Amino acid sequence: MQTQGKAFKYPDNVDTDVIIPARYLNTPDANELAQHCMEDIDPTFVTRVQNGDVIVAGWNFGCGSSREHAPLVIKTCGTGCVIAKSFARIFYRNAINIGLPILECEEAADAIAEGNDVQVDFDSGIITDITNGKTYQAQPFPPFIQKIIRSGGLLQSLKAGECDE
Amino acid sequence: MGMTMTQKILAAHAGLEKVESGQLINAKLDIVLGNDITTPVAVKEFEKAGFQDVFARDRIAIVLDHFVPNKDIKAAEQSKTCREFACSHCISHFYDVGKMGIEHALLPEQGVVTAGDCIIGADSHTCTYGALGAFSTGVGSTDMAAGMAIGMAWFKVPSAIQIHLTGKLPSNCSGKDVILTIIGMIGVDGALYKSMEFTGDGVAALSMDDRLCICNMAIEAGAKNGIFPVDDVTKAYMDGRCERMPVIYEADADAKYEKTIALDLSEIVPTVACPHLPENVRPAKELNDIKIDQVVIGSCTNGRMEDMEAAFKILNGKKVADGVRCIIIPGTMQILRECVERGYYTAFIDAGAVVSTPTCGPCLGGYMGILAAGERCIATTNRNFVGRMGHVKSEVYLASPHTAAASAIKGYITDYQEE
Repeated sequence: MQTQGKAFKYPDNVDTDVIIPARYLNTPDANELAQHCMEDIDPTFVTRVQNGDVIVAGWNFGCGSSREHAPLVIKTCGTGCVIAKSFARIFYRNAINIGLPILECEEAADAIAEGNDVQVDFDSGIITDITNGKTYQAQPFPPFIQKIIRSGGLLQSLKAGECDE
Repeated sequence: MGMTMTQKILAAHAGLEKVESGQLINAKLDIVLGNDITTPVAVKEFEKAGFQDVFARDRIAIVLDHFVPNKDIKAAEQSKTCREFACSHCISHFYDVGKMGIEHALLPEQGVVTAGDCIIGADSHTCTYGALGAFSTGVGSTDMAAGMAIGMAWFKVPSAIQIHLTGKLPSNCSGKDVILTIIGMIGVDGALYKSMEFTGDGVAALSMDDRLCICNMAIEAGAKNGIFPVDDVTKAYMDGRCERMPVIYEADADAKYEKTIALDLSEIVPTVACPHLPENVRPAKELNDIKIDQVVIGSCTNGRMEDMEAAFKILNGKKVADGVRCIIIPGTMQILRECVERGYYTAFIDAGAVVSTPTCGPCLGGYMGILAAGERCIATTNRNFVGRMGHVKSEVYLASPHTAAASAIKGYITDYQEE
């Protein structure tokens, strides 16, 4: 599995309140919510993002609230992957559970510039900055988490497990 | 090498003799929690995956607290989804308007959670229940859906930071000043993926409300959970309250901690976290030139009885400064009732404050106290991110009920001094 698109760069500690402000959480509808993705940190994000684009951020991406709406809106508006130096733990869990690809890679998060063309291979964890011709190796997921991702999310993985039994 | 308190609880719930940090385990859940924002997403996922039944109708808690009484039509639809799901699955711990409270004030008060439990909640402040000596952590809606279906969750066993407490808090400080001080020391990701385990002689002098407040904000340092040992204070609190028998776990004497932070409680001062991160802490007295427009006293962090007592002690017979809106939100119906019975409610109104029924409302910028551009609020809530309480150009300063109430009277941030 791969994604390719342009990079949107953000700083450390991007919290779930700026990813999807709570004032919009009166609906569980992903398409409606996605219209406000990143609104309080980058009001033009939703008008600029295209399928396959990549969010590149610093430490502790997705800190704050447990709202699954945060990875959901990022995924729904077409973002192909989030690369960060680290993720807040609930966001990390939620992203895997709903099937939003995320990768931890400090070097790539530092080096990739806003607007660069980036390609990400999820199986190998290799991130290629096509604009500057450099590649980076992200931390691979533990096998247990790879199984969830391959199944398409936590519930699908559970259902598959149940069938096995 | 021994296990931490968290690791012991996780090992027991995974049916293992021993676990080590980094190990992936499947653990049995005692309580699965959701609210009116996260439950509708969980219900959708639960039904989409084709699950028919919940694992145990008495081990699921659904609390309508974020946007109730419903702030608008869409919020009403979300509450309705929760209500219908709770009704069709005969969920015994379903808390609707009139019975509800802010989830993390309500569940301990009602004895739904107890020592030794393994709890997940689709709300980041689920870490609050560590105050009772439980393992309790925030998750998302899909984890909640899976938890409701099978009563299990996967965890990576965390390593721990030990926070060794000594001494006794000054009378103008509370648990809030302790946790803000700690977050200021280690930063908003200082405990990322880790447990914060509180130990030491200083624990005994902290009330249950202080401990609940401290564990509540463990997530603000990135922690997976915060946890206190079970002592006489915990036992007295749980006695006659908890619906299930507490199980007491203790950290091994040779438990391995990644690091130890020593904190003398007698040296804590009234502390405020400045915009826009909970780690931006300063002593309240250094901020006395910060003029405020609004004060909020409440939330899952500080909406408990001792918080109302602090607000009453300071506001009784005084007036909120001109130009300041002071909003007081008791955390549960029981606390609200007690405020009425003790005369606090009248005293708050006489001081010029408003009192709301329990709600998370303003804390997350939902309703009941939204800020306009350029406005400033001192709040006893837990987050001061950009736009958290309203406009992206508004500001939230986090503080204790003492500091917030004293600031309401002055109109500027101030530290409370006993008269």
